Amino acid sequence: MRRLVILGGGTAGTMVANKLRRRLDREQWQVTVVDQNDVHAYQPGFLFVPFGTYQPAQILKSRRKQLSRAVDLVLGEVDRVDPAANTVTLTDGRRLAYDYLVIATGTSPRPDQTPGMLGPQWRKSIFDFYTLDGAAALAAALRDFDGGRFVVHIVDMPIKCPVAPLEFAFLAEAYFRHRGIRDRVELVYATPLPGAFTKPIASAELGAMLDERKIAVEADFMVERIDPDTKTLVSYDEREIPFDLLVTVPLNMGADWVARSGLGDELNYVPVDRHTLLAKGHDNVFALGDASNIPTSKAGSVAHFSVEVFVDNFLAHIDGKPMTGSFDGHTNCFVESGDGQGLLIDFNYDTEPLPGMYPLPGAGPFPLLRESRFNHWGKLAFRWLYWHMLLPGRPVPLPAHMSMAGKHQPATEPDKE
Amino acid sequence: MSVTSIGATAVHVDAEGFLTEYDEWDENLAVQLAAQIGIELTDAHWKPIRFLRTDYIEQGETATLRRVSAQAGIPIKELFSLFPGKPAKKMAYIAGLPKPRGCV
Repeated sequence: MRRLVILGGGTAGTMVANKLRRRLDREQWQVTVVDQNDVHAYQPGFLFVPFGTYQPAQILKSRRKQLSRAVDLVLGEVDRVDPAANTVTLTDGRRLAYDYLVIATGTSPRPDQTPGMLGPQWRKSIFDFYTLDGAAALAAALRDFDGGRFVVHIVDMPIKCPVAPLEFAFLAEAYFRHRGIRDRVELVYATPLPGAFTKPIASAELGAMLDERKIAVEADFMVERIDPDTKTLVSYDEREIPFDLLVTVPLNMGADWVARSGLGDELNYVPVDRHTLLAKGHDNVFALGDASNIPTSKAGSVAHFSVEVFVDNFLAHIDGKPMTGSFDGHTNCFVESGDGQGLLIDFNYDTEPLPGMYPLPGAGPFPLLRESRFNHWGKLAFRWLYWHMLLPGRPVPLPAHMSMAGKHQPATEPDKE
Repeated sequence: MSVTSIGATAVHVDAEGFLTEYDEWDENLAVQLAAQIGIELTDAHWKPIRFLRTDYIEQGETATLRRVSAQAGIPIKELFSLFPGKPAKKMAYIAGLPKPRGCV
């Protein structure tokens, strides 16, 4: 019996387990997923919890039930992997041997990494929304907020779903407007990036949307610490941003066991070949989803498109054949912009988000890099697609590789910064 | 991509003036690149610049600020005082490397 062990039963781990279970002989292969608990959260739903659009129970399901019955689920916490011995040790002492290992333990917000964040103001005036607890606590704080300085903040890149803080700012602006208190709220968007987003054309478009909404951007802001007494963000170059309510995206890091196992970079991400996702220096270890160091968004769409390429590669690799599939960094994100509108961006390692239509040139129906109701509906419909198509590993009629069809390259690029 | 002259040397640069050819860089050129953005290189500046050059060969990409700090053992605060405002970008410029990816 050959053994495939998948660490992490989130978006990437679940998809890989279900897809490979179907393709690997049951007599010859055992497929095991390890996760800490039996709760699978639909993470894109966290964004809507603070505004009361979703209740927490609506976005949680059993992990077990998302996995094929022929996949073993082991509940436990990884202590470390010994890649020389091909074993995984859990914190309770259990040991799992593997022939092939897939690391899909993702990335997590780490408020402990910024001095002052987890102080007396945590979940009083300082909130995150990338955890369900945080998003639910923020819902209550937003209801009670009746004016003042409201700061949306990113500690450092890379982060999971890098458009989410922008979406949160847009949705918060609409929320305050609908409550009739917009004129009493000063909105600030503090980012370590030089502008609203990383890529120039999208950054210009999204930056203009922040301007229209009178959301002030504090760019190139690298926070050093938070002073909980004065309720102030302080940067390394000693700029200060005071807040009444802070919604921060803490530093994102891969799992600590990755570091303990000597498999990670300075943020605990696993260095991999960006086209095959094979861990550097190892021939039987892959990292999928947010857990790797590939230069893309840490996003479910990347997990999805890369898994499509990975599955065929893996089947070739275990037969000793070369991996011929090459992941191109394809990313696809709906961006909620408030008032029932949204944008869509579609890009890869080499091509930045461009205007146009997706997936069909001309017909769309989703306009790229432009606000539209279609994109808002697309985002909402995606929840169904996630549970019923993506996780079970059913074919989704979207090509894994990015296509230039339907995209327009503007004649003159805006200033790169 | 275009060719420009830094002092007496012709080098290939991108639209923002970052060198595109690793081997066209030398420490003499770094001094002039630094001067162009108003920085006079001291020993404290050279430590992260040299780390960036070596790390790029090993990793194939420009180290982020956090990586420079962690791997070269220089506090981020010090990097901000050595290369004010945009340290990651300024260090890459002087080291003749591509601008560090924004990690979309």
